[in-house]
Amino acid sequence: MTTAAAVVVEQPPLHYLNESYGVRSWLLTTDHKRVGLLYLLSLTGAFFVGGFFAVMLRLELLTPAGDLLQAETYNKFFTMHGVIMVFFFLIPSIPAALGNFILPLMIGARDVAFPRLNLASWYIYVLGAAFTTYAVVSGGVDTGWTFYTPYSTMSSTTQVMPTAIGIFIVGFSSILTGLNFIVTIHRMRAPGLTWFRLPLFVWSLYATSLIQILATPVLAITVMLLGAERLLHVGIFDPAIGGDPVLFQHLFWFYSHPAVYIMILPGMGVISELVTCFSRKTIFGYSYVAFSSIAIAVFGFLVWGHHLFVAGQSVYAAMVFSFLSYLVAIPSAVKVFNWTATLHKGTIEFRTPLFYALGFIGLFTIGGLTGLFLAALGMDVHVTDTYFVIAHFHYIMVGGMVMAYLGGVHYWWPKISGRMYPENLGRIAAFIIFLGFNLTFFPQFILGYLGMPRRYHSYPEEFQVLNVMSTAGASILGIGYLLPMIYLLWSLRYGEPASDNPWNATGLEWQTPSPPPRDNFEHTPVVTTAPYDYPGREVVVD
Amino acid sequence: MTEHAAAVAHQFDDAEQQRGAAELGMWIFLATEVMFFGGMFTAFTAYRWLYPEAFTHASRHLDALLGGINTVVLIGSSLTMVLAVHGARHGHRRMLLVCLALTLLLGSVFLGVKAIEWSSKWEHGLVPGLHFTLTGADAGRQELFFFLYFAMTGVHALHLVIGICVVGVIFALAWRGHYSPEYHNPVEVTGLYWHFIDIVWIFLLPMLYLIGRHGA
Amino acid sequence: MARSAVPLYVAVFVALIVLTGVTVAVSYVDLGPASVVVALAIACVKAVLVLLFFMHLRESPGLTWVVALGGFFWLGILIALTMSDVLTRGWLPVGGP
Repeated sequence: MTTAAAVVVEQPPLHYLNESYGVRSWLLTTDHKRVGLLYLLSLTGAFFVGGFFAVMLRLELLTPAGDLLQAETYNKFFTMHGVIMVFFFLIPSIPAALGNFILPLMIGARDVAFPRLNLASWYIYVLGAAFTTYAVVSGGVDTGWTFYTPYSTMSSTTQVMPTAIGIFIVGFSSILTGLNFIVTIHRMRAPGLTWFRLPLFVWSLYATSLIQILATPVLAITVMLLGAERLLHVGIFDPAIGGDPVLFQHLFWFYSHPAVYIMILPGMGVISELVTCFSRKTIFGYSYVAFSSIAIAVFGFLVWGHHLFVAGQSVYAAMVFSFLSYLVAIPSAVKVFNWTATLHKGTIEFRTPLFYALGFIGLFTIGGLTGLFLAALGMDVHVTDTYFVIAHFHYIMVGGMVMAYLGGVHYWWPKISGRMYPENLGRIAAFIIFLGFNLTFFPQFILGYLGMPRRYHSYPEEFQVLNVMSTAGASILGIGYLLPMIYLLWSLRYGEPASDNPWNATGLEWQTPSPPPRDNFEHTPVVTTAPYDYPGREVVVD
Repeated sequence: MTEHAAAVAHQFDDAEQQRGAAELGMWIFLATEVMFFGGMFTAFTAYRWLYPEAFTHASRHLDALLGGINTVVLIGSSLTMVLAVHGARHGHRRMLLVCLALTLLLGSVFLGVKAIEWSSKWEHGLVPGLHFTLTGADAGRQELFFFLYFAMTGVHALHLVIGICVVGVIFALAWRGHYSPEYHNPVEVTGLYWHFIDIVWIFLLPMLYLIGRHGA
Repeated sequence: MARSAVPLYVAVFVALIVLTGVTVAVSYVDLGPASVVVALAIACVKAVLVLLFFMHLRESPGLTWVVALGGFFWLGILIALTMSDVLTRGWLPVGGP
């Protein structure tokens, strides 16, 4: 093309980040990798907004008296902490940010099945966030993230409607992501990639997507009925006309219990990837781990009544739900056993992602076991609506899910950005987070058992020491979270350039450059081997 | 000038994969719709069991004839829709266009009858929260019935409106020759959506209109 | 060349209309608690006809069947377990309405 006398300039390789520039190329992208990054950005924003409310709560709880915030303000803060963290961070997190990016790569596809729908789901997320942000800045909402009636429909004078609309809208983002993933996994796997050759992260995304499509619509209709009742001052949850507030709770928790599995299952999938890579071993019991994801998704739909044990639910129904709640712990335990057996006699590489994985395994186990305490009817009467419950779910969500999220971000960071993060800082941050987390939330188990109720801005004097410990832990945790923010951004410019496969990991995502080109693979890969054939592989990066 | 069959989108390997993805995607969406309507069906089941007499009295306020007519209209529109899909599959352009148009017509008739029913409810003071004038011991529970009546038929009608808009767009694209036996995925999946709306109504008819019609 | 499916569609349509007539007529007959069962059964038959023939489930792959039936089954879980509470609340004479 050029004449022989022209100087040939070596162009940097084109990949998904530099193949087009400008705001439009990002806001109108149909590239799943860019959509994943759009989500990553939004989710980080949501995390810090939700975190701000948590900081305020912990500051208030430094002293027994309700002296920092008025009770009504405190109510708004724990509500908004919950709403933002659950609906705008935890639910989308791994599927929308990491799943969107990695799933097509892992199955050897050029993109998801419906790329435009994928972009639409991000815009829907943003629209839902806009309504909720409006609610936050225009006075807030104080019903608790659970919106129990009749307070939310009849009595609360706060911004229930905009929040309800925001949650209704963001639910569709979740549904569309799930729909896209199921079709993608069924229809777009590379040749030779049979179901039992899939990475376990894919199995977990599949199970998560099943929950997203089956549970979220019920939340949508419930929130709609709540909004209608609030607007019309009469409705199906209104006792004055024979309505039942407990029916609201049934419909709400039919979604919200499976929702916690939406949050944790992808995290478990990440852990399977990390544990195999950094112990250089094939996963122990692949099909057990794969089927346990499906089992968690299915059983998770049968236990919601355990949130209604003291709400006025029939004790016979309660007994059924209690029994089923014990059953749902079994597949989770299977995973923990399998991860442990994988680590056992593995060649352990103590990289940052593995720190997070180990933290997850320990903390998720504690959180999960305390769930069994709560599933016992008699015990639940004592500890429900106390800090015991709060500690339980934060152990799983923060000690489990957020650690898995950070572990996944670090593990796939070279693939996403083409850079390595600074390993020593990574390990230090992981350690700080682990320490801060336990100091924040372990005292809360004790507080709950001793009887400190949740959602109160003041408490009896004798609980102060444990509360101070918890707040101290929260400050350490906050610093821990800020560190990756800083050094990951730093690494974009100054980090060591990453090779295609810095971890020498198995999996199709590592068979393409870091960062990947727009269509992921130059030629569609053909899969002939079982997953996780690690034995004998060395770690490449020093 | 007619346009050629749409090319295969870049993420798909071939037209068959694209078709399979579209079909599976729509069925999954319909499963989500089953759960969406299902929340209201659950509430209705609970209260129907708890308040059988009140629900029977309330149901008698509905016009079973109009309900039956609307059912025939909607089932008819399902017939025209499946014939439209048939036309698309076999390249019968006129059949496709005529049947899509009939589907639009019948869907609109359904909405028209629904509007008549609703305004009749308003006249009789049977609209919860806005204009509800029933009195008597079970007035509250009848109000519960009517809240669910408007919620369920309202959400159903909203889905029908969306369906009519989509069928309208499909009609316009079919007019311009976008569809062929080799490529007509949008027609197929629109058909699936339309039939689902029909199925919801098939359950709403007995649930709302036909509770204990026997007796005074 | 395959036989046209049009006569089949029309036949299904006729069946659906007949069943509609039946369900309306039957509602005027006092069957006691069986009324609900009969009405639901007829509705289910109509829905199955629409699914099999109008929605071409008959010619669809197994995965489509799983999705179609799965949705209804999952709704069944929601209704059944919620009703397990509603139906049994009055059984124990302890507190409550």
